Amino acid sequence: MNNGWPVKTGPLAAARLVAARDLRLAFRKPSQLIQPLMFFMIVATLFPLTLTPELSRLRDAAPGVLWIGALLSSLLALEFLFRDDAVDGTLEQFALSGQSLTWMLFAKTCTHWLLSGLPLALSAPLAALALGVPVEALGSMVAALALGGFALSMVGAICAGLTLGARRGGVLLSLLTLPLSVPILVFGADATRQAIVGGDIAGPMYLLGAIAVLGVTLAPLAAAAAVRIGLE
Amino acid sequence: MNWTWFHRFGSAPYMYGFARRWAPWFGGAAALLMLIGLYGGLFLAPQDYQQKDAFRIVYVHAPSATLSLMIYTTMAIAAAVGLIWRMKVAHAAAAACAPIGAWFTVATLFTGSLWGKPMWGTYWAWDPRLTSELVLLFLYFGYMGLRAAIEDPQKADKASAVLAIVGIVNVPIIKYSVNWWTSLHQGHTRYLADPDMDRSMLWPLLTLFVAFGLFFGAVLLIRLRAELLRRERNASWVREALS
Repeated sequence: MNNGWPVKTGPLAAARLVAARDLRLAFRKPSQLIQPLMFFMIVATLFPLTLTPELSRLRDAAPGVLWIGALLSSLLALEFLFRDDAVDGTLEQFALSGQSLTWMLFAKTCTHWLLSGLPLALSAPLAALALGVPVEALGSMVAALALGGFALSMVGAICAGLTLGARRGGVLLSLLTLPLSVPILVFGADATRQAIVGGDIAGPMYLLGAIAVLGVTLAPLAAAAAVRIGLE
Repeated sequence: MNWTWFHRFGSAPYMYGFARRWAPWFGGAAALLMLIGLYGGLFLAPQDYQQKDAFRIVYVHAPSATLSLMIYTTMAIAAAVGLIWRMKVAHAAAAACAPIGAWFTVATLFTGSLWGKPMWGTYWAWDPRLTSELVLLFLYFGYMGLRAAIEDPQKADKASAVLAIVGIVNVPIIKYSVNWWTSLHQGHTRYLADPDMDRSMLWPLLTLFVAFGLFFGAVLLIRLRAELLRRERNASWVREALS
Protein backbone atom coordinates (compact mmCIF):
# COMPACT_ATOMS: atom_id res chain seq x y z
CA MET A 1 0.00 0.00 0.00
CA ASN A 2 2.65 2.41 1.07
CA ASN A 3 4.94 2.13 -1.97
CA GLY A 4 7.84 3.05 0.25
CA TRP A 5 6.52 6.57 0.72
CA PRO A 6 6.15 7.56 4.32
CA VAL A 7 3.16 9.77 3.46
CA LYS A 8 1.46 11.40 6.39
CA THR A 9 -2.14 12.47 6.01
CA GLY A 10 -4.22 15.09 7.70
CA PRO A 11 -4.92 18.74 6.92
CA LEU A 12 -1.54 20.09 8.01
CA ALA A 13 0.45 17.44 6.16
CA ALA A 14 -1.57 18.08 3.01
CA ALA A 15 -1.07 21.82 3.40
CA ARG A 16 2.67 21.37 3.80
CA LEU A 17 2.88 19.22 0.67
CA VAL A 18 0.92 21.77 -1.35
CA ALA A 19 3.12 24.61 -0.15
CA ALA A 20 6.31 22.69 -0.95
CA ARG A 21 5.01 21.85 -4.41
CA ASP A 22 4.06 25.44 -5.18
CA LEU A 23 7.41 26.76 -3.98
CA ARG A 24 9.28 24.26 -6.12
CA LEU A 25 7.19 25.07 -9.19
CA ALA A 26 7.64 28.79 -8.68
CA PHE A 27 11.41 28.58 -8.51
CA ARG A 28 11.48 26.56 -11.72
CA LYS A 29 9.48 29.28 -13.49
CA PRO A 30 10.87 32.50 -12.01
CA SER A 31 9.47 34.80 -14.70
CA GLN A 32 6.04 34.58 -13.09
CA LEU A 33 7.60 35.85 -9.88
CA ILE A 34 9.51 38.71 -11.43
CA GLN A 35 6.98 40.09 -13.86
CA PRO A 36 4.51 41.48 -11.26
CA LEU A 37 7.45 43.13 -9.48
CA MET A 38 8.60 44.76 -12.69
CA PHE A 39 5.04 45.87 -13.37
CA PHE A 40 4.93 47.50 -9.93
CA MET A 41 8.19 49.36 -10.59
CA ILE A 42 6.97 50.60 -13.96
CA VAL A 43 3.66 51.84 -12.50
CA ALA A 44 5.59 53.68 -9.78
CA THR A 45 7.77 55.26 -12.49
CA LEU A 46 4.81 56.44 -14.53
CA PHE A 47 3.42 58.58 -11.72
CA PRO A 48 6.32 61.06 -11.58
CA LEU A 49 6.17 61.24 -15.39
CA THR A 50 2.49 62.11 -15.39
CA LEU A 51 2.05 63.94 -12.06
CA THR A 52 5.10 66.04 -11.28
CA PRO A 53 8.82 65.39 -10.90
CA GLU A 54 8.95 67.41 -7.66
CA LEU A 55 9.77 65.11 -4.76
CA SER A 56 7.95 67.27 -2.21
CA ARG A 57 4.68 66.89 -4.11
CA LEU A 58 5.28 63.25 -4.99
CA ARG A 59 5.69 62.51 -1.30
CA ASP A 60 2.04 63.47 -0.72
CA ALA A 61 0.93 61.12 -3.48
CA ALA A 62 3.32 58.31 -2.52
CA PRO A 63 0.94 56.26 -0.29
CA GLY A 64 -1.65 56.17 -3.04
CA VAL A 65 0.85 55.41 -5.77
CA LEU A 66 2.48 52.60 -3.80
CA TRP A 67 -0.78 50.99 -2.74
CA ILE A 68 -2.51 51.20 -6.08
CA GLY A 69 0.65 49.87 -7.71
CA ALA A 70 0.75 47.02 -5.21
CA LEU A 71 -2.95 46.28 -5.71
CA LEU A 72 -2.69 46.18 -9.52
CA SER A 73 0.43 44.05 -9.37
CA SER A 74 -1.22 41.62 -6.93
CA LEU A 75 -4.14 41.36 -9.35
CA LEU A 76 -1.72 40.34 -12.09
CA ALA A 77 -0.16 37.72 -9.85
CA LEU A 78 -3.61 36.51 -8.77
CA GLU A 79 -4.24 35.29 -12.31
CA PHE A 80 -1.66 32.55 -11.73
CA LEU A 81 -3.00 31.48 -8.34
CA PHE A 82 -5.47 28.84 -9.53
CA ARG A 83 -5.64 29.10 -13.31
CA ASP A 84 -2.74 26.82 -14.31
CA ASP A 85 -3.67 24.21 -11.73
CA ALA A 86 -7.29 24.29 -12.84
CA VAL A 87 -6.32 23.82 -16.49
CA ASP A 88 -4.04 20.82 -15.94
CA GLY A 89 -6.40 19.14 -13.48
CA THR A 90 -4.31 19.56 -10.32
CA LEU A 91 -7.11 21.34 -8.48
CA GLU A 92 -9.47 18.54 -9.36
CA GLN A 93 -7.04 16.06 -7.81
CA PHE A 94 -6.87 18.25 -4.71
CA ALA A 95 -10.65 18.20 -4.44
CA LEU A 96 -10.79 14.43 -4.95
CA SER A 97 -7.90 13.61 -2.63
CA GLY A 98 -10.10 13.30 0.43
CA GLN A 99 -7.95 15.83 2.26
CA SER A 100 -9.33 19.18 3.36
CA LEU A 101 -9.54 21.44 0.31
CA THR A 102 -9.83 24.44 2.63
CA TRP A 103 -6.42 23.73 4.16
CA MET A 104 -4.81 23.05 0.81
CA LEU A 105 -6.09 26.29 -0.68
CA PHE A 106 -5.06 28.15 2.46
CA ALA A 107 -1.53 26.78 2.02
CA LYS A 108 -1.65 27.69 -1.65
CA THR A 109 -2.73 31.24 -0.86
CA CYS A 110 -0.05 31.67 1.83
CA THR A 111 2.59 30.43 -0.60
CA HIS A 112 1.25 32.80 -3.18
CA TRP A 113 1.72 35.66 -0.74
CA LEU A 114 5.26 34.46 0.06
CA LEU A 115 6.04 34.54 -3.65
CA SER A 116 4.22 37.73 -4.69
CA GLY A 117 3.08 39.90 -1.77
CA LEU A 118 6.20 39.61 0.35
CA PRO A 119 8.74 40.24 -2.47
CA LEU A 120 6.65 43.21 -3.52
CA ALA A 121 6.68 44.66 0.00
CA LEU A 122 10.43 44.08 0.23
CA SER A 123 11.15 45.74 -3.12
CA ALA A 124 8.79 48.66 -2.46
CA PRO A 125 11.45 50.78 -0.66
CA LEU A 126 13.20 51.24 -4.00
CA ALA A 127 10.09 52.78 -5.55
CA ALA A 128 9.31 54.63 -2.31
CA LEU A 129 12.70 56.36 -2.19
CA ALA A 130 12.21 57.45 -5.78
CA LEU A 131 8.90 58.99 -4.73
CA GLY A 132 10.51 61.01 -1.95
CA VAL A 133 9.46 58.84 1.01
CA PRO A 134 11.88 59.47 3.92
CA VAL A 135 14.14 56.60 4.94
CA GLU A 136 12.70 56.45 8.48
CA ALA A 137 9.27 55.60 7.06
CA LEU A 138 10.43 52.64 4.98
CA GLY A 139 10.25 50.00 7.73
CA SER A 140 6.65 50.79 8.65
CA MET A 141 5.75 50.98 4.98
CA VAL A 142 7.17 47.52 4.27
CA ALA A 143 5.30 46.12 7.28
CA ALA A 144 2.02 47.68 6.11
CA LEU A 145 2.48 46.43 2.54
CA ALA A 146 3.34 42.93 3.73
CA LEU A 147 0.34 42.71 6.06
CA GLY A 148 -2.02 44.36 3.57
CA GLY A 149 -0.68 42.15 0.79
CA PHE A 150 -1.51 39.10 2.88
CA ALA A 151 -5.09 40.29 3.35
CA LEU A 152 -5.29 41.07 -0.39
CA SER A 153 -4.17 37.52 -1.21
CA MET A 154 -6.90 36.12 1.03
CA VAL A 155 -9.65 38.22 -0.59
CA GLY A 156 -8.15 37.57 -4.01
CA ALA A 157 -8.21 33.81 -3.51
CA ILE A 158 -12.01 33.87 -3.19
CA CYS A 159 -12.39 35.91 -6.37
CA ALA A 160 -9.83 33.81 -8.26
CA GLY A 161 -11.81 30.71 -7.28
CA LEU A 162 -15.09 32.30 -8.38
CA THR A 163 -13.78 33.26 -11.83
CA LEU A 164 -12.52 29.73 -12.57
CA GLY A 165 -15.75 28.89 -14.36
CA ALA A 166 -15.92 32.18 -16.25
CA ARG A 167 -14.93 32.78 -19.83
CA ARG A 168 -13.14 36.14 -19.59
CA GLY A 169 -11.37 35.65 -16.30
CA GLY A 170 -8.94 38.56 -16.26
CA VAL A 171 -11.04 41.71 -16.29
CA LEU A 172 -13.76 40.05 -14.26
CA LEU A 173 -11.25 39.10 -11.57
CA SER A 174 -10.34 42.78 -11.18
CA LEU A 175 -13.99 43.80 -11.16
CA LEU A 176 -14.68 41.40 -8.28
CA THR A 177 -11.51 41.99 -6.28
CA LEU A 178 -11.18 45.78 -6.39
CA PRO A 179 -14.40 46.74 -4.51
CA LEU A 180 -13.75 44.08 -1.88
CA SER A 181 -10.23 45.38 -1.28
CA VAL A 182 -11.33 48.93 -0.50
CA PRO A 183 -10.93 48.56 3.31
CA ILE A 184 -7.41 47.10 2.95
CA LEU A 185 -6.46 49.96 0.66
CA VAL A 186 -7.88 52.60 3.01
CA PHE A 187 -6.09 51.34 6.12
CA GLY A 188 -2.90 50.42 4.28
CA ALA A 189 -2.54 53.81 2.62
CA ASP A 190 -3.40 55.46 5.92
CA ALA A 191 -0.64 53.53 7.72
CA THR A 192 1.83 54.51 4.99
CA ARG A 193 0.77 58.16 5.17
CA GLN A 194 1.17 58.18 8.95
CA ALA A 195 4.63 56.62 8.56
CA ILE A 196 5.65 59.33 6.07
CA VAL A 197 4.52 62.23 8.25
CA GLY A 198 5.98 60.54 11.33
CA GLY A 199 2.63 59.83 12.98
CA ASP A 200 1.42 56.81 14.92
CA ILE A 201 0.76 53.85 12.64
CA ALA A 202 -0.57 51.53 15.37
CA GLY A 203 -4.26 52.27 14.68
CA PRO A 204 -4.39 51.48 10.96
CA MET A 205 -1.97 48.56 11.44
CA TYR A 206 -4.25 46.97 14.04
CA LEU A 207 -7.18 47.36 11.66
CA LEU A 208 -5.18 45.87 8.79
CA GLY A 209 -4.28 43.00 11.11
CA ALA A 210 -7.93 42.54 12.04
CA ILE A 211 -8.88 42.32 8.36
CA ALA A 212 -6.06 39.84 7.76
CA VAL A 213 -7.26 37.66 10.66
CA LEU A 214 -10.82 37.80 9.36
CA GLY A 215 -9.46 36.88 5.94
CA VAL A 216 -7.57 33.88 7.31
CA THR A 217 -10.67 32.72 9.17
CA LEU A 218 -13.25 33.01 6.41
CA ALA A 219 -11.52 33.35 3.04
CA PRO A 220 -10.16 29.76 2.73
CA LEU A 221 -13.66 28.39 3.39
CA ALA A 222 -15.19 30.66 0.75
CA ALA A 223 -12.33 29.95 -1.67
CA ALA A 224 -12.79 26.20 -1.26
CA ALA A 225 -16.53 26.56 -1.90
CA ALA A 226 -15.78 28.70 -4.96
CA VAL A 227 -13.22 26.27 -6.37
CA ARG A 228 -15.59 23.34 -5.88
CA ILE A 229 -18.28 25.20 -7.82
CA GLY A 230 -15.77 26.04 -10.55
CA LEU A 231 -14.69 22.41 -10.88
CA GLU A 232 -18.19 20.94 -11.13
CA MET B 1 -46.78 25.51 13.50
CA ASN B 2 -47.28 24.21 10.02
CA TRP B 3 -44.48 25.21 7.66
CA THR B 4 -45.58 23.42 4.53
CA TRP B 5 -46.96 26.63 3.02
CA PHE B 6 -43.38 27.86 2.79
CA HIS B 7 -42.21 24.93 0.66
CA ARG B 8 -44.59 25.86 -2.11
CA PHE B 9 -42.45 28.90 -2.81
CA GLY B 10 -39.67 26.55 -3.83
CA SER B 11 -41.69 25.36 -6.79
CA ALA B 12 -41.22 27.42 -9.93
CA PRO B 13 -44.79 27.07 -11.28
CA TYR B 14 -46.29 28.05 -7.92
CA MET B 15 -43.96 31.04 -7.62
CA TYR B 16 -44.75 32.07 -11.19
CA GLY B 17 -48.45 32.08 -10.44
CA PHE B 18 -47.88 33.85 -7.13
CA ALA B 19 -45.83 36.56 -8.84
CA ARG B 20 -48.43 37.02 -11.54
CA ARG B 21 -51.22 37.41 -9.00
CA TRP B 22 -49.43 39.73 -6.63
CA ALA B 23 -47.36 42.01 -8.89
CA PRO B 24 -50.37 44.22 -9.82
CA TRP B 25 -51.37 44.61 -6.17
CA PHE B 26 -47.86 45.60 -5.17
CA GLY B 27 -47.60 47.93 -8.16
CA GLY B 28 -51.01 49.49 -7.54
CA ALA B 29 -50.35 50.08 -3.86
CA ALA B 30 -46.92 51.51 -4.69
CA ALA B 31 -48.39 53.91 -7.26
CA LEU B 32 -51.13 55.06 -4.88
CA LEU B 33 -48.78 55.62 -1.95
CA MET B 34 -46.23 57.28 -4.22
CA LEU B 35 -48.83 59.79 -5.45
CA ILE B 36 -49.92 60.53 -1.88
CA GLY B 37 -46.37 60.77 -0.61
CA LEU B 38 -45.14 62.94 -3.46
CA TYR B 39 -48.13 65.27 -3.19
CA GLY B 40 -47.51 65.54 0.53
CA GLY B 41 -43.81 66.05 0.07
CA LEU B 42 -43.80 68.41 -2.89
CA PHE B 43 -46.93 70.50 -2.20
CA LEU B 44 -48.13 70.16 1.38
CA ALA B 45 -44.87 70.02 3.35
CA PRO B 46 -43.52 73.47 4.24
CA GLN B 47 -40.18 74.78 3.01
CA ASP B 48 -37.12 73.98 5.04
CA TYR B 49 -35.95 77.10 6.91
CA GLN B 50 -32.38 76.52 5.74
CA GLN B 51 -32.49 74.50 2.54
CA LYS B 52 -35.72 76.04 1.15
CA ASP B 53 -37.28 73.84 -1.53
CA ALA B 54 -34.09 71.93 -2.25
CA PHE B 55 -34.63 69.67 0.75
CA ARG B 56 -37.51 68.02 -1.10
CA ILE B 57 -35.00 65.82 -2.94
CA VAL B 58 -34.92 63.83 0.29
CA TYR B 59 -38.28 62.32 -0.68
CA VAL B 60 -36.60 60.42 -3.51
CA HIS B 61 -33.06 60.26 -2.18
CA ALA B 62 -33.58 58.71 1.25
CA PRO B 63 -35.92 55.88 0.18
CA SER B 64 -33.60 55.03 -2.73
CA ALA B 65 -30.57 54.95 -0.45
CA THR B 66 -32.33 52.69 2.05
CA LEU B 67 -33.48 50.36 -0.69
CA SER B 68 -30.08 50.17 -2.38
CA LEU B 69 -28.66 48.54 0.73
CA MET B 70 -31.81 46.61 1.61
CA ILE B 71 -31.93 45.03 -1.84
CA TYR B 72 -28.30 43.94 -1.55
CA THR B 73 -29.17 42.28 1.76
CA THR B 74 -32.26 40.66 0.22
CA MET B 75 -30.12 39.42 -2.66
CA ALA B 76 -27.51 37.93 -0.33
CA ILE B 77 -30.18 36.23 1.80
CA ALA B 78 -31.89 34.81 -1.30
CA ALA B 79 -28.51 33.65 -2.60
CA ALA B 80 -27.69 31.98 0.72
CA VAL B 81 -31.09 30.25 0.79
CA GLY B 82 -30.46 29.06 -2.76
CA LEU B 83 -26.99 27.80 -1.90
CA ILE B 84 -27.92 26.07 1.35
CA TRP B 85 -31.27 24.51 0.45
CA ARG B 86 -30.56 24.25 -3.29
CA MET B 87 -33.70 26.25 -4.12
CA LYS B 88 -33.73 27.25 -7.76
CA VAL B 89 -36.40 29.87 -7.16
CA ALA B 90 -34.21 31.59 -4.55
CA HIS B 91 -31.35 31.82 -7.04
CA ALA B 92 -33.74 33.28 -9.59
CA ALA B 93 -34.90 35.84 -7.02
CA ALA B 94 -31.29 36.82 -6.26
CA ALA B 95 -30.62 37.22 -9.97
CA ALA B 96 -33.74 39.39 -10.29
CA CYS B 97 -32.67 41.59 -7.36
CA ALA B 98 -29.30 42.68 -8.73
CA PRO B 99 -30.31 45.05 -11.56
CA ILE B 100 -33.03 46.65 -9.43
CA GLY B 101 -30.58 47.27 -6.62
CA ALA B 102 -28.01 48.67 -9.02
CA TRP B 103 -30.58 51.12 -10.41
CA PHE B 104 -31.60 52.27 -6.94
CA THR B 105 -27.91 52.82 -6.18
CA VAL B 106 -27.57 54.89 -9.35
CA ALA B 107 -30.70 56.83 -8.38
CA THR B 108 -29.26 57.49 -4.93
CA LEU B 109 -25.98 58.76 -6.35
CA PHE B 110 -27.75 60.87 -8.98
CA THR B 111 -30.26 62.53 -6.65
CA GLY B 112 -27.50 62.95 -4.08
CA SER B 113 -25.28 64.81 -6.49
CA LEU B 114 -28.20 67.00 -7.58
CA TRP B 115 -28.80 67.78 -3.91
CA GLY B 116 -25.11 68.34 -3.26
CA LYS B 117 -24.80 71.13 -5.84
CA PRO B 118 -27.04 73.70 -4.11
CA MET B 119 -26.18 72.56 -0.56
CA TRP B 120 -22.45 71.82 -0.60
CA GLY B 121 -21.63 73.69 -3.82
CA THR B 122 -20.40 70.57 -5.59
CA TYR B 123 -21.92 67.64 -7.42
CA TRP B 124 -19.50 65.18 -5.94
CA ALA B 125 -17.48 65.05 -2.75
CA TRP B 126 -15.34 62.22 -1.43
CA ASP B 127 -17.48 61.83 1.59
CA PRO B 128 -17.72 58.42 3.31
CA ARG B 129 -21.38 57.80 2.64
CA LEU B 130 -21.07 58.77 -1.02
CA THR B 131 -17.99 56.65 -1.42
CA SER B 132 -19.47 53.56 0.20
CA GLU B 133 -22.57 53.96 -1.96
CA LEU B 134 -20.31 54.06 -5.02
CA VAL B 135 -18.48 50.93 -3.85
CA LEU B 136 -21.88 49.28 -3.37
CA LEU B 137 -22.59 50.03 -7.04
CA PHE B 138 -19.31 48.33 -7.96
CA LEU B 139 -20.29 45.31 -5.87
CA TYR B 140 -23.54 45.08 -7.85
CA PHE B 141 -21.54 45.35 -11.09
CA GLY B 142 -19.21 42.57 -9.97
CA TYR B 143 -22.16 40.34 -9.08
CA MET B 144 -23.85 40.91 -12.43
CA GLY B 145 -20.55 40.57 -14.28
CA LEU B 146 -19.80 37.20 -12.68
CA ARG B 147 -23.30 35.97 -13.45
CA ALA B 148 -22.99 37.03 -17.07
CA ALA B 149 -19.53 35.51 -17.53
CA ILE B 150 -20.39 31.95 -16.48
CA GLU B 151 -22.26 30.09 -19.14
CA ASP B 152 -23.67 27.19 -17.14
CA PRO B 153 -26.67 28.69 -15.29
CA GLN B 154 -26.35 26.46 -12.20
CA LYS B 155 -22.67 27.21 -11.86
CA ALA B 156 -23.42 30.92 -12.32
CA ASP B 157 -26.07 30.71 -9.59
CA LYS B 158 -23.73 29.12 -7.07
CA ALA B 159 -20.66 31.20 -7.85
CA SER B 160 -22.58 34.47 -7.71
CA ALA B 161 -24.25 33.33 -4.48
CA VAL B 162 -20.83 32.90 -2.85
CA LEU B 163 -19.87 36.36 -4.11
CA ALA B 164 -23.06 37.92 -2.71
CA ILE B 165 -22.37 36.39 0.71
CA VAL B 166 -18.72 37.52 0.67
CA GLY B 167 -19.99 40.96 -0.37
CA ILE B 168 -22.49 41.22 2.47
CA VAL B 169 -19.75 40.39 4.99
CA ASN B 170 -17.65 43.12 3.41
CA VAL B 171 -20.30 45.83 3.26
CA PRO B 172 -20.05 46.87 6.94
CA ILE B 173 -16.23 46.75 6.79
CA ILE B 174 -16.24 49.00 3.73
CA LYS B 175 -18.70 51.28 5.48
CA TYR B 176 -16.50 51.66 8.56
CA SER B 177 -13.27 51.90 6.62
CA VAL B 178 -14.44 54.82 4.52
CA ASN B 179 -15.76 56.55 7.65
CA TRP B 180 -12.17 57.57 8.30
CA TRP B 181 -12.54 60.84 6.50
CA THR B 182 -14.42 63.68 8.13
CA SER B 183 -17.89 63.72 6.82
CA LEU B 184 -19.74 66.37 4.87
CA HIS B 185 -22.88 64.30 4.92
CA GLN B 186 -25.34 64.85 7.72
CA GLY B 187 -25.53 62.14 10.35
CA HIS B 188 -28.31 59.65 10.60
CA THR B 189 -31.74 61.17 10.78
CA ARG B 190 -34.13 59.66 13.26
CA TYR B 191 -37.44 58.98 11.67
CA LEU B 192 -39.58 57.06 14.12
CA ALA B 193 -38.80 57.53 17.80
CA ASP B 194 -38.35 61.20 18.74
CA PRO B 195 -38.06 62.33 15.11
CA ASP B 196 -35.68 65.10 14.04
CA MET B 197 -38.09 66.23 11.34
CA ASP B 198 -41.34 68.09 11.72
CA ARG B 199 -44.44 65.93 11.39
CA SER B 200 -45.61 67.77 8.27
CA MET B 201 -42.35 66.86 6.50
CA LEU B 202 -42.06 63.41 8.02
CA TRP B 203 -45.30 61.70 7.02
CA PRO B 204 -44.73 62.04 3.26
CA LEU B 205 -41.24 60.60 3.73
CA LEU B 206 -42.47 57.58 5.67
CA THR B 207 -45.20 57.07 3.08
CA LEU B 208 -42.59 57.14 0.34
CA PHE B 209 -40.39 54.63 2.18
CA VAL B 210 -43.31 52.19 2.11
CA ALA B 211 -44.17 53.10 -1.48
CA PHE B 212 -40.60 52.51 -2.69
CA GLY B 213 -40.50 49.20 -0.85
CA LEU B 214 -43.75 48.11 -2.52
CA PHE B 215 -42.42 49.30 -5.87
CA PHE B 216 -39.35 47.13 -5.36
CA GLY B 217 -41.65 44.22 -4.54
CA ALA B 218 -43.64 44.76 -7.73
CA VAL B 219 -40.57 45.03 -9.98
CA LEU B 220 -38.99 42.04 -8.26
CA LEU B 221 -42.07 39.91 -8.91
CA ILE B 222 -42.18 40.96 -12.57
CA ARG B 223 -38.48 40.27 -13.06
CA LEU B 224 -38.78 36.98 -11.19
CA ARG B 225 -41.52 35.87 -13.55
CA ALA B 226 -39.35 36.63 -16.56
CA GLU B 227 -36.39 34.92 -14.91
CA LEU B 228 -38.42 31.78 -14.15
CA LEU B 229 -39.78 31.63 -17.70
CA ARG B 230 -36.29 31.95 -19.12
CA ARG B 231 -34.84 29.29 -16.83
CA GLU B 232 -37.67 26.80 -17.19
CA ARG B 233 -38.31 27.41 -20.88
CA ASN B 234 -38.21 23.69 -21.61
CA ALA B 235 -40.56 22.70 -18.79
CA SER B 236 -44.09 21.63 -19.55
CA TRP B 237 -45.66 24.02 -17.04
CA VAL B 238 -44.29 26.97 -19.04
CA ARG B 239 -46.07 25.77 -22.15
CA GLU B 240 -49.30 25.44 -20.17
CA ALA B 241 -48.88 28.78 -18.45
CA LEU B 242 -48.27 30.62 -21.73
CA SER B 243 -50.87 28.87 -23.87
